[in-house]
Amino acid sequence: MSENTLYDKVWDRHEVTELPTGQSQLFVGLHLIHEVTSPQAFGMLKERDLDVAYPERTYATVDHIVPTADQSRPYSDDAAEEMMSELEENVRAANIDFADPTTGRQGIVHVVGPEQGLTQPGMTIVCGDSHTATHGAFGALAFGIGTSQIRDVLATGCVAMEKQKVRRIEVTGELDDGVTPKDVILQVIRKLGTDGGVGYVYEYGGEAIRHMDMAGRMSICNMSIEGGARAGYVNPDETTYEYLEGRDRVPDGEEFEELKRYWESIASDADAEYDDVVEIDGDDLEPTVTWGTTPGQGIGISEEIPAPEDLPADKEDSARAAQEHMDVEPGDTMAGYPIDVAFLGSCTNARLPDLREAAEVVKGHEVHDSVRAMVVPGSQRVKAAAEAEGLDEVFEEAGFDWRGAGCSMCLGMNEDQLVGDERCASSSNRNFVGRQGSKDGRTVLMSPPMVAAAAVTGEVTDVRELERFEEVRA
Amino acid sequence: MSDEGPAETVKQVSGTGVPVRGNDIDTDQIIPARFMKVVTFDGLGEFAFFDVRFDDDDNPKEHPFNEDHFQGASVLTVNSNFGCGSSREHAPQALMRWGIDAIVGESFAEIFAGNCLALGIPTVTASQEDVEALQDFIDEHPDEEIEVDVVNEEVRYGDTTIDAEVDDAQRRALVDGVWDTTALMGANADTVRETAESLPYTDV
Ligand code: SF4
Repeated sequence: MSENTLYDKVWDRHEVTELPTGQSQLFVGLHLIHEVTSPQAFGMLKERDLDVAYPERTYATVDHIVPTADQSRPYSDDAAEEMMSELEENVRAANIDFADPTTGRQGIVHVVGPEQGLTQPGMTIVCGDSHTATHGAFGALAFGIGTSQIRDVLATGCVAMEKQKVRRIEVTGELDDGVTPKDVILQVIRKLGTDGGVGYVYEYGGEAIRHMDMAGRMSICNMSIEGGARAGYVNPDETTYEYLEGRDRVPDGEEFEELKRYWESIASDADAEYDDVVEIDGDDLEPTVTWGTTPGQGIGISEEIPAPEDLPADKEDSARAAQEHMDVEPGDTMAGYPIDVAFLGSCTNARLPDLREAAEVVKGHEVHDSVRAMVVPGSQRVKAAAEAEGLDEVFEEAGFDWRGAGCSMCLGMNEDQLVGDERCASSSNRNFVGRQGSKDGRTVLMSPPMVAAAAVTGEVTDVRELERFEEVRA
Repeated sequence: MSDEGPAETVKQVSGTGVPVRGNDIDTDQIIPARFMKVVTFDGLGEFAFFDVRFDDDDNPKEHPFNEDHFQGASVLTVNSNFGCGSSREHAPQALMRWGIDAIVGESFAEIFAGNCLALGIPTVTASQEDVEALQDFIDEHPDEEIEVDVVNEEVRYGDTTIDAEVDDAQRRALVDGVWDTTALMGANADTVRETAESLPYTDV
């Protein structure tokens, strides 16, 4: 078992008792809720005549179903309107703070928590959403939970969990220009497998992680779940504290210093013991894209798509099916794969630095004729900050659609969906069949700059070669 | 079984089987997101595996859940990393409402297995060889009973018994009927307050 890791320390501080099931009862420091997974839990609470135990440690927003174009109420989609009204009613009755679109604070739950300083190191954080792992970037223990567990947390302020093993993922070296945290995590998942993390929590560290900003660390922790790990985290450091200072929910002055001492105390010790350690050489990485229908089916932009028979036996059949769905051939690279849609958004990559990096690529270019391109900022605040810098103009001038905040085409629960067998360059986290709203749709996962490059050229393109590509074509 | 949180014990589940083959079958396949625009879980059963069961014009495609001889099956058999993807409890809810009471597979995604447990659905693992043999058996004998024995960690069918594994906490919860975690944890409310107050971030 791991020892003296952040995971162990935070777990110990939050453990209430051991349950007869052998699980631990953990106190939950922050419970985030959204409209899709919470209504049934509130329903269960009502059936049992129970109240929300810690409304002040609970925070709600709406993200999955919100329209990103016309947000006037009632929403044109009746089902979406019903979910929104249900959430409004539940949070009002329970006295839970709700970042709805009228507050200017609404957004994807995993963007909103950190940007308002709700997410802090050394906390336990849960949400009925698997990408809750994102908050681990701050050195919090953050887990996605199911609806019955949401009921538990609402009713008791606690969650029942079994302790897991800790795997340290050491990313050494320095990332090249054009190589982003998204590429790091796609390679981690490729290397360890989509189920490699089952039973583990991932601790990311090493030189490359140390030099990353908070947005980058969030992108990495976000996709821990795609690697099968329930949670991922980065030990808090000066980058973390700097990000937090001055945020809405972070105290200042002496209180801040006091909290900071706690944050420093829960970081993994130098002599911490891990159940497993894996090293990834950051110097070696290149922009990475997926060729298949699981996030583990990724390759560097210059690498060849593998032949199914060259893969481990248990991956062969799914690789064959994936290649048929994607219409790709072993031996080819993904460069040149035609694109119909470019989606820049999601809780993986729709923060201000992501939009900045993509805008940098877009500047001076136009979206390719055959591509419909959209930017969906992760939150209303991200949107406002981007507009203050003029990023909206850069995107709009190039021909991108600049939309309101939400999950949007990451999962196609609102009107933003792929149509038929469209191919999408996407900065999101899942390329499952049907994920983006059309069961024949095809998703290629990549970083924001790579999405921008694909939007401009109409095909999957190595962003580092964009200029040269344009010259050749002209 | 109701949303109330089951209180009974689940020591053994038996019924006919249905094999759904393939690794990495994700929650978007089990229940596509567009069917999650609901505020209750009622009626999700008919949408289980919807996009792999029906074509664009809603005509049934080849899928075990569509086949006559698997209607009424309650033991689902799957391969590795079943239920990966989102935390949506809609996935096990849809399977349960279709009629599934237990799942035997090579491996499961953790949140999915946890969600199943909350519904009293055991997720039992066995070796790849054993699971594939079981799936073949079910194809040939769709009317035969499959017994999933949670207590003894075995799956029995025909005259075969295979070793299975049930996660410790899951086994205790199901066998002792202590899986109403809301009640269990609710009983410790005072200790919870103490823990909460001992944390440096709760009083600021
Ligand atoms: S952006 Fe996508 S992955 Fe993130 S919470 Fe929304 S739907 Fe889930």
